[in-house]
Amino acid sequence: MGTLWPAISVTQRLHSKNPYKGEVVMSETILKVQGVSKVFSSKKVNIRAVNNVSFNVSKGETIAIVGESGCGKTTLGHCIVRATDVTAGSVIYVGENGREYDLHKLDKRTMRSIRKDLQMIFQDPYSSLDPRMTVFDIISEPLRANYRLPKKEVEERVKDAAARVGLNPSYLKRYPHAFSGGQRQRIGIARTLVLYPRIIVCDEPVSALDVSVQAQVVNLLKDLQKELDLTYIFISHDLSVVEYISDKVGVMYLGKMVEFAPTGELFKSPRHPYTEALLSAVPIADPTVAGDRIPLEGEIPDPSNPPAGCYFHTRCRYCTDKCRTEEVELQEASPGHFVACHRAEELKLKGIG
Amino acid sequence: MMGLAKHGDLNLTARELKRLEKERLKQEKYFTASQWRLMWRKLLRHRLAVISFVLIALLYTGALFAGFIAPYGLEDYSGTYSNAPPSKIHFFHEGEFVGPFVYPYEIAYNEFWEKVFVENTAQPYPIKLFVKGSPYKLFGVFKSDVHLFGVDNANLPPGKDEVRVMLFGADQLGRDLFSRILIGSQVSLTVPLLGTFISFVLAVVIGGVSGYFGGLIDTVIQRIIEMISSFPTLPLWMALSAAIPPGITVTRVYILITIIMSLISWPGLARTVRSRFLSLREEDFVLAARIAGVSNFKIIIKHLVPGFMSYLIVDLTLGIPGMILGETSMSFLGLGMRPPATSWGVLLQECQSVHNIANHPWKLIPVLFVGTAVLAFNFLGDGLRDAADPYK
Repeated sequence: MGTLWPAISVTQRLHSKNPYKGEVVMSETILKVQGVSKVFSSKKVNIRAVNNVSFNVSKGETIAIVGESGCGKTTLGHCIVRATDVTAGSVIYVGENGREYDLHKLDKRTMRSIRKDLQMIFQDPYSSLDPRMTVFDIISEPLRANYRLPKKEVEERVKDAAARVGLNPSYLKRYPHAFSGGQRQRIGIARTLVLYPRIIVCDEPVSALDVSVQAQVVNLLKDLQKELDLTYIFISHDLSVVEYISDKVGVMYLGKMVEFAPTGELFKSPRHPYTEALLSAVPIADPTVAGDRIPLEGEIPDPSNPPAGCYFHTRCRYCTDKCRTEEVELQEASPGHFVACHRAEELKLKGIG
Repeated sequence: MMGLAKHGDLNLTARELKRLEKERLKQEKYFTASQWRLMWRKLLRHRLAVISFVLIALLYTGALFAGFIAPYGLEDYSGTYSNAPPSKIHFFHEGEFVGPFVYPYEIAYNEFWEKVFVENTAQPYPIKLFVKGSPYKLFGVFKSDVHLFGVDNANLPPGKDEVRVMLFGADQLGRDLFSRILIGSQVSLTVPLLGTFISFVLAVVIGGVSGYFGGLIDTVIQRIIEMISSFPTLPLWMALSAAIPPGITVTRVYILITIIMSLISWPGLARTVRSRFLSLREEDFVLAARIAGVSNFKIIIKHLVPGFMSYLIVDLTLGIPGMILGETSMSFLGLGMRPPATSWGVLLQECQSVHNIANHPWKLIPVLFVGTAVLAFNFLGDGLRDAADPYK
């Protein structure tokens, strides 16, 4: 059984939080993604949206998942919160009581008790809020679905969540059409916070927002993480945001994880040619620096018919015969730095910073 | 300087502040407006839809109070007034103002030996409000014999046929067309409403099942819908109404016709429900609710149904004209309501002969009512469609 609310209140959680975050070497694992695959099949084609992805998430950290559109990062996020079922593999969540739950094998009742620990923030703040409900109803919906709380308590928790995301409590009576994109995203964040989750999957939470508002929301997410000891899976294609917010980064290509490393290391010394190409596309805010971008040729291959060997070989400029025929697995190249490339050892790739 | 200006501003704007506050409240009202209120606001801006709405309201009030507004009953016939043209309403008798009145019609024959109606101007018969006439039941419950208006026959010489006011003329049996149109609208305007309601229920259940479960059930239901909607309607009506046994009561015929109408019209609506269901099911806010642990049933009730309700209302409104026309044409062809019961279609049966249209063109007046009702519902549906999604 998961912990029953209100075994630990927010303030208690605040105190229990390790103040030396980031300097701690040994950290507590909260989520294990093990060999997760998701295949969408129709009559004729099978699409491997997520292909044998594994990684561990420690408590309180932010893992970013990056990659171009269609690489399966959103599907992976959906698998983690069990919005879709996995085809193979397992997502193991370590509860507050230390017990491990395999999310995709749980019975309905246990899942219900754990649901609230894993929540999600959506990309599009317009379609993720029901336009026919008031902000109060939107934020309180998860509470009403999971607990039978007295009206006053619901009100209190909703107001608390609204205050945390910087939403004026007098706005709660309004409908979503009264708000701008940034404010709507705050409402979406408040909706997830109201359940006191431990892990939040952020599915491109800022990519639909103006750049000026992006910073506000990213900073809000960062502050909330500190205050509430949250763990984020941050799905994004914006590398500058990723560099700012995440502790570790996983790079996905065609459903596969091709590189997984601490953020600083990944940006400084990438080991996969795809990561190198992605990094070269990050704009540098200095006109004197001549950026040499590495153009990726061709389209992303058809995921229903992936190329043989290394999936990236069709667009890789370091490609050899081995890459064309032999499949490649994710391996630990140096401590904490995983890469799936036949030539990882020999290549000297260029990072940024 | 800055400080001063600011200070001055603050002082000056006592009235201004009030105005600003008013504006703020107005805006707040918009921000806290629900979907239906937003729809209503948008609908009110659609001039044609508002006019149509008023017209529809008038038509239905007419149907509701038909017994009271109509000066005569359904069966009040008169030999004298057979095929009489609309009554002329006069105000001056021998140069003197006496208020609205009619002269009695007398039958004469012209040189071609055709019947013509001549007014006997000897004595005026005034039109009065709240005149006693044939008995009726208001809403089917309250017995009464008071009519909104009628001719005061107090001065009628004994033995003479009573004088009538017939705004739209009379039919072959001398029955007042105006009264019959009003009473007929009770059928012509309610069959579509009831029919749409029945097909609405069928559509929501069948379309909802189809959209929610998907897979084989969906395929089977969709094929059935295609079969039904590919059937030509006229032969289907004929077949179904041939199944109505002759000699059953008017109420039964009414119910059966309603059911026939709705059996034919539900497939289109079911399609709409299904497609709305499918598109809403994929919305992020539904996924968000699922992740938050909201049950399927609650998701359907709280997110899906309110989501497609507005679209459904549009479709229902736009479906009513089809039903009005359907009922009218069925009755016109003698497949629907049968005399002595009446509806607009039954009234038009007399227009099946050219002779009638040529000599008694007022018998086409029910067409105006059918047209008005159909157009009004179409325009209202149009306005509703524009208002249906206030978030775009």
